[in-house]
Amino acid sequence: MTRYGLLIDYEFCTGCHTCELACKQEHGFGTGKTGIKVTEVGPFEVGSEKWSLDYIPVTTDLCDLCSQRVSKGKKPACVAHCQAGVIKFATIKELAEYMELKPKTVLFVPK
Amino acid sequence: MSKTSTHPGEWRWEEDGFTVTRTIGWSGPGCHSQCGLLVYSKGNRVFKVEGDPETPYSEGRLCPRCLALPSVVHHPDRLTFPMKRIGQRGEGRWERITWEEAYDTIVQKTKNIQRESGPESIVVMMGTGRNIWHLGAKLGYTGFGTPNVCMLFSGLACYAPRLRLMPITQGQFAVADCSQMFPDRFDNPSWKNPECILIWGNNPVVSNSDTFMGWWIVECMKRGSKLIVIDPRRTWLAHRAKLWLQIRPGTDSALALAMLNVIIEEGLYDKAFVEKWTFGFNELRERAKQYSPEKVEKITWIPREKIIEAARLYASSKPAALQWGVGFEQAKNGVSSILAIQALWGITGNLDVPGGNIINRPTPFHEIPEPLWGRRELSREAKQKRIGGKEYPLVPMAQPDLLVDTMITGKPYPIKMAWIQSTNPIACMAADPRKTLKALHAMDFVVVADLFMTPTAMAAADLILPVASVLERDSIRAECYETAWWGPLRTVNKIIQVGECKSDEEIVLELGRRLNPQAFPWKTVEEMLDFIIRDSGKTFKELRDQGTPRYYSFEYRKFEKGLLRADGKPGFETETGKLMLYNPSFEKLGVDGLPYYEEPPESPFSTPDLAQEYPLILTTGARLWGFFSSEHRQIPELREIHPDPIVEIHPQTAEKYGISEGDWVWIENIHGKCMQKARLTSTIDKRVVHAQHGWWFPEKPGPAPSLFGVWESNINQLVPFGQQGPTGWCAPYRGGLCRIRKVQEK
Repeated sequence: MTRYGLLIDYEFCTGCHTCELACKQEHGFGTGKTGIKVTEVGPFEVGSEKWSLDYIPVTTDLCDLCSQRVSKGKKPACVAHCQAGVIKFATIKELAEYMELKPKTVLFVPK
Repeated sequence: MSKTSTHPGEWRWEEDGFTVTRTIGWSGPGCHSQCGLLVYSKGNRVFKVEGDPETPYSEGRLCPRCLALPSVVHHPDRLTFPMKRIGQRGEGRWERITWEEAYDTIVQKTKNIQRESGPESIVVMMGTGRNIWHLGAKLGYTGFGTPNVCMLFSGLACYAPRLRLMPITQGQFAVADCSQMFPDRFDNPSWKNPECILIWGNNPVVSNSDTFMGWWIVECMKRGSKLIVIDPRRTWLAHRAKLWLQIRPGTDSALALAMLNVIIEEGLYDKAFVEKWTFGFNELRERAKQYSPEKVEKITWIPREKIIEAARLYASSKPAALQWGVGFEQAKNGVSSILAIQALWGITGNLDVPGGNIINRPTPFHEIPEPLWGRRELSREAKQKRIGGKEYPLVPMAQPDLLVDTMITGKPYPIKMAWIQSTNPIACMAADPRKTLKALHAMDFVVVADLFMTPTAMAAADLILPVASVLERDSIRAECYETAWWGPLRTVNKIIQVGECKSDEEIVLELGRRLNPQAFPWKTVEEMLDFIIRDSGKTFKELRDQGTPRYYSFEYRKFEKGLLRADGKPGFETETGKLMLYNPSFEKLGVDGLPYYEEPPESPFSTPDLAQEYPLILTTGARLWGFFSSEHRQIPELREIHPDPIVEIHPQTAEKYGISEGDWVWIENIHGKCMQKARLTSTIDKRVVHAQHGWWFPEKPGPAPSLFGVWESNINQLVPFGQQGPTGWCAPYRGGLCRIRKVQEK
């Protein structure tokens, strides 16, 4: 079976929480639960006048890669709505190839 | 993305048992944007809101607020029928009435006040961000017959000053070019990716203000744009910027003048453009000379080397775009900053070029109501009665700092009635909310039209009208200053009916027809909408039925081609035909015709004694992902993102005052105090704190004195009315003084 995943380009994730809201709406989770959650890493100093701050959405056990949507030919809800356009949905192979070209990326493969 | 699944060219279809309607998200709840939506409904219930991939403006992307729309429109706290007050003001005792009774009451009160005090004794207030300004203005000017239409906002300190000044100095509005004029967006061959984007006075990825979407900048960054970020806070964008200038709040005009100085004296400006297309360069040059980087370092706290580097990077990048924001107006001498910024993009040759700052014509002007619809129908005599008209002729609305005094004192004439449409001044926008409440309580009759019961409605309303949300409304994407709030002409399409709510169009038309039938000749909302867009060659239904938006051809360098002036000649639509770097006409009004710097009215330099007692600089109002100004606090999945009002404090400053992360903190100055929860962060200067704006707590008791806890955390209690700039525009919402201490009693 071909396995799929979500690639996050965290160079450009602005931390806007759209993925969380899109996920909650799609699955009816309401508050307190989500299939994807934005984490904040930083800010801290990494050099003279250089600071590190990244937002990285992380998938949870509730992420089913929007199997129902995907079966209808749609993108997962977080991918479709991401304001910064930083989430990609594809096969692991395709995403791994993309990662070779693009630093500051991370790949999530939910169970 | 496969385009087949999203029905391009259709506005409504059936899918999996749902009706899907294509519409846009403006408004209410409030927003500045017009993202494309696909709304999934069954009967009168909305189940899901998705982004519309066929809308080039938003490309299917949405922010949390549109994704939460089903929770907003079906929220149990929505106002769903008209009510009249039966107890004392603020007591929270209401009686359900019919729309007929509501209208009859309003008409009777209006006629009495018009007869006894004159129509100018009625004031119309609206908020920002809702697509209603043309409607409230029309009702005010031609329904009530008053010249007093405004936002109750000290110095009208939002986009309005920029919108008023740009027509004087350059003829039309200009915005950063992120390919938004083209349906094929970033792939359009005539567009250029800005080599540099200067982001100043706003954090666009969060605020998405004035129809400019922050993610457009992210797309430019992906394509190689370098950033210069000027912000007191080290934002996410600042972390990714080539240069971040941490400015002392309220000193922007000094920095802009120093950058002009560097660019001019180092010869980095576009000499051909300056010679041919600008007026007053020598005067500007002489003025800028007074602002050396050394001097401005002391004013702004930005090292002189960084000022020079920013000036060089912006001027030598071809093209460079400048994305500005409300930070300018929220300082007393914001007008100077605005003039200096226009000079920056002008003399560097970035005006109306690909990837620079573009003038948004040609959106056909008459597709939409003129700015402040109905104002030209006012008699000369009525116009002359506008509060602030004599003192501040550059301000076309009632000047709010003077108006609030007039409401309290009755001078020069009494104000008797307030029509408050989609604004909540006790919680947001108005400075000094206690003075604001006093002014509202001085009214004989107050009507509030809104989606939810707000602190303002609870405190002051005699009559409450329930307003339809964006999903319950047929409308045109129109705004009074259309070319500045640009987006393709679209319809807002009604999908559901909630309770007895009526749209702003319905309320204004139905009431307008009762008050002044000649001024409201349309029998239905659809007829009125057809009139509004008459010059587009389309009716409302034709426009709606085309589904996906249509774009006009857009040209760059219109000033060279004779496309900006009414007479068809090359140049700009200004008094000289050129970009006005110096405005002698301002001097007749007692206002400097060149940009200059003036210290904030309360600061370590202008009031050193006060600064002993209140040693920190207070800045306010950075936007939040989940809320639009004072709205959305009752929406669970949005409140989850921002549960509490947050004051940002540098860890060393917090330690000095014995404050830990998560402590509730009093923020106070001579004007007032409020409490917010501490977040310790190195992203802010040790000498500055930032407090959030617009806070109230829908979960707390509504009746006075609580008013949904509005007095607990509303930061505008620390901001006075009456410190507006010399033109009547702009006010120091940011850059005042304060002190902080841990809340012991909570």
